Amino acid sequence: MTSAKDDRLVGRSVARREDPRLLSGRGRFVDDIELPGMLHAQFVRSTVAHGTITEIDLTRVRQVPGVVAAFTAADLELGDITAQLGRPLSEFVPTAMPVLARDRVRYVGEPVAVVVARDPYLAEDGLEAAKVTYAPLPPITCEEQALAPDAPRVHAEAAGNTLVDVGLFATEGIDEIFDQAPCVVHVDVRTGRQNALPLETRGAVAQWDAREEQLVLHACTQTPHQVRTVASRCLRLDERAVRVIVPDMGGGFGLKCVVGREEIAAAAAALRLGRPVKWIEDRKDALSASFLAREQHYTARAAFDADGRILGLDADVVCDMGAYSCYPFTAGIEPLMASAEMPGVYKVPAYRVRGRAITTNKAPTAPYRGVSRPQYVMAMERLMERAARELRLDPVEIRRRNVITDFPYTGVNNITYDPGSYLESLDLCERALREAGWYDRQAAATAEGRHIGIGYSCFSERTGYGSAAFAQRKMEVVPGFDLAEVRMDTSGAVTATTGTISHGQSHETTMAQIVADTLHLDIAKVKLHQGDTDRITYGWGTFASRSIAVGGSAVRLAAAKLGDKLRAIAAAEWGIPPEDTELDRGRVRRRDDPDVALSYERLADTAYLTSHLLPKDIDPGLTATAVFDVHNDGTFSNATHGVVVELHEGTGQVEILAYFCVEDCGVAVNPQVVEGQCRGGIAQGISGALFEQITYDAQGEPSATSFMDYKVPTAQEIPEVVIHHLETPCAFTATGAKGAGEGGTIGAPAAVLNAVNDALRPTGVELDNTPITPETVHRALTPRTPEQTP
Amino acid sequence: MNDTTGLGDDVQLITLDVNGTSYEVITAPRRTLVDVLRHDLRLTGTHVGCEHGICGACTVLVDGLPVRACLMFAAQAEGARITTVESLADPGTGELSDLQRAFTAHHGLQCGFCTPGFLMLAQGFLAERPEATKEDIREVVAANLCRCTGYQTIVEAIDACATARRSQRAMGAEEESCN
Ligand code: FES
Ligand code: FES
Repeated sequence: MTSAKDDRLVGRSVARREDPRLLSGRGRFVDDIELPGMLHAQFVRSTVAHGTITEIDLTRVRQVPGVVAAFTAADLELGDITAQLGRPLSEFVPTAMPVLARDRVRYVGEPVAVVVARDPYLAEDGLEAAKVTYAPLPPITCEEQALAPDAPRVHAEAAGNTLVDVGLFATEGIDEIFDQAPCVVHVDVRTGRQNALPLETRGAVAQWDAREEQLVLHACTQTPHQVRTVASRCLRLDERAVRVIVPDMGGGFGLKCVVGREEIAAAAAALRLGRPVKWIEDRKDALSASFLAREQHYTARAAFDADGRILGLDADVVCDMGAYSCYPFTAGIEPLMASAEMPGVYKVPAYRVRGRAITTNKAPTAPYRGVSRPQYVMAMERLMERAARELRLDPVEIRRRNVITDFPYTGVNNITYDPGSYLESLDLCERALREAGWYDRQAAATAEGRHIGIGYSCFSERTGYGSAAFAQRKMEVVPGFDLAEVRMDTSGAVTATTGTISHGQSHETTMAQIVADTLHLDIAKVKLHQGDTDRITYGWGTFASRSIAVGGSAVRLAAAKLGDKLRAIAAAEWGIPPEDTELDRGRVRRRDDPDVALSYERLADTAYLTSHLLPKDIDPGLTATAVFDVHNDGTFSNATHGVVVELHEGTGQVEILAYFCVEDCGVAVNPQVVEGQCRGGIAQGISGALFEQITYDAQGEPSATSFMDYKVPTAQEIPEVVIHHLETPCAFTATGAKGAGEGGTIGAPAAVLNAVNDALRPTGVELDNTPITPETVHRALTPRTPEQTP
Repeated sequence: MNDTTGLGDDVQLITLDVNGTSYEVITAPRRTLVDVLRHDLRLTGTHVGCEHGICGACTVLVDGLPVRACLMFAAQAEGARITTVESLADPGTGELSDLQRAFTAHHGLQCGFCTPGFLMLAQGFLAERPEATKEDIREVVAANLCRCTGYQTIVEAIDACATARRSQRAMGAEEESCN
């Protein structure tokens, strides 16, 4: 007989249970939902970046054949969406985001009116007939303009166009440390504005269910319960009168974890018209008028001793959050994350930081996979590289001297890091590159005049953000815990619920692995419910790599409770203490006589159908719920990325020759899924380093409105990635898992940037900004005659 | 004007052959093939990621060749054989095809939104070029966008399927020559 341990599914690459339907066209995404009598909404959007609305004339829209209605903000009487931080006004200025713009527009693409028609084509015809007149105001399109002394204000209440201005840390005596340090290096790192770009755009289908007296909102969101809260407040309904259902979702990457305005407007239109309304965002709107991400600027310096050990870090972080603060996270999410976590994997004894969120006349931003970490890691890693050059140290060696090795480690940022493999991952990554011959190849290529560079990045990422960690940010809405229910029916089949929601991360498989192991049950007997606010009591959805660490822990605890109940029922029947029983492949058996066992079906019969047989202290039914929260500073996954690039002289093209990733996310519930998350994240990180950027012209017109002008990498640009796993199980989660969703995106930009700089070493040029365009590389590689040198 | 179809008054009746079934559709001339497949025939497996011919999520086969169904009017597809992702699994048993099985074995999909497009692209390509190398496959796969996987596993899945088909054919040929 094999032991129970051999049957364990956690740790195995169990085949994905969501695949058969997704592969055969049986998935159901939001645009696949079709309801009788359904109408289609499209939005009239601002064509100016900044201005007051002097007139909205929808008369002609309403005459377009097929158009059923057209509404402005005044017609719908909707409440605003206002994200709050519990910080004084000197640190945070709240700004109201109306569902439809009322008197003022603040970016190109801002929704001004909604047109509802019988068919999406006709709704678009309707848009063309809309007449909106604006009195333009000067647009603020960059940091310099926003912070200029007499700059016009994007929001009247935000002086200096600053929504957040916080100095979280300032070690006493830090100036002296810098004055006396043998080596001080500076960087000025800027990262381009990007789009998280899930392949499925946002969308919603809203319908009033008269029998249930409930608004049913099918939405493409990572946070269904938060959408419910906002919808109920904006529409003035009780929360129980709103049901948010999330069908299959074609990616999210953070973009879909904030509450959008269009979903709410579509719901309002459905209520007005008494008919279902569908809104599907088109790609043009998704690129230019949806939430964007990433535009940040780090001015940082670091002091080092002569041996290359960091003495101090001093940083000024400015995040361009666009026109509005996103709900529920606020514009604080990026600067507060960066300020709190910037020292990262390194032992930094003194630290000072100022973090600001500024507002501009550009599309608002939402969290995007990694949230500030790709950027502050880039700033830290540039500081390391620059110090290594200054001190003539090997880039790997300087990191080796600075990474945290004694755990738990409490940093200068007051964060306690749980054990990780910072040094081990660095050593292993370097060894992997050496053994694959890349250092030899680099030397040979350099001798031939080719430009091959090797670059690294080391980082840890806080993943199991519980409510304690979020509360430190002083968000008024504090995410963090998760709630799971596990119930068994009389056929012995189990339904588990999670408050997290999969948009590609395979929850139906990984959560089922956890339940199956905990209950010693065949995985075929386990089904997961997610993404329905009527089926799931509460949940914070999926973001910050929290699903398996937090949601999976809740699922595990609930399953364990259900297992206890099964044992208690069996034990009562045998008249023995529950401790003398154990779960074993779909049965409870006696420890003293393992041949004596009761099947789950049989126990469930007792629990439901003959509950009079249960002892007084055992309630009928087989359900168990559990809540899980991480009560300390969270848990930290870590990784080292190593990349080899070649720069092409004629074109300035950066070609990635090899990519290595050594990652540690604690217990990997499904290694294949973890690798998938790494690879996907790395692709997005590479893309941020080399390709993607949305710029704005002086009028505030965005540069990217189609895939013709926004470069998304294809299979030709993304290399094969070699992944090595280390496993430092997490002591704070019930699964031993940390989180694995974002690491790839965090590590890749810094590693690529460092590799490009390594290849540029002979030229003396160092680059600090992303995306690294072919023009920049070409310029760096082209020797200039003395007259050309400025 | 007494338009009750919601399509405007300029409608036409067309016949489409999709996955071996013939459908009669009343449609407007400007309606794209992907919209007719998805919303009129309710074959929602084919997806829309951009509507401007770049992402490939809407790829279907038209007379065996991969085509972007967002760039074609439904009326243009009259008389052609259209094949969508719904045709791949065995209609009787629901059993996945070798290509679909390769995708799951290699974790070639995450959210699954791009997947029908990649499957149809690969289906058409491998039928034309069964000898394709992994490098050829990578080049062809670059026609479509995926935002989740980083592509490596998609390329591996298609390559594994092509390799398995080749070895099966070789075995078949051997068996034949033994007879
Ligand atoms: S939807 Fe047709 S190519 Fe993108
Ligand atoms: S699997 Fe999500 S876009 Fe490809």
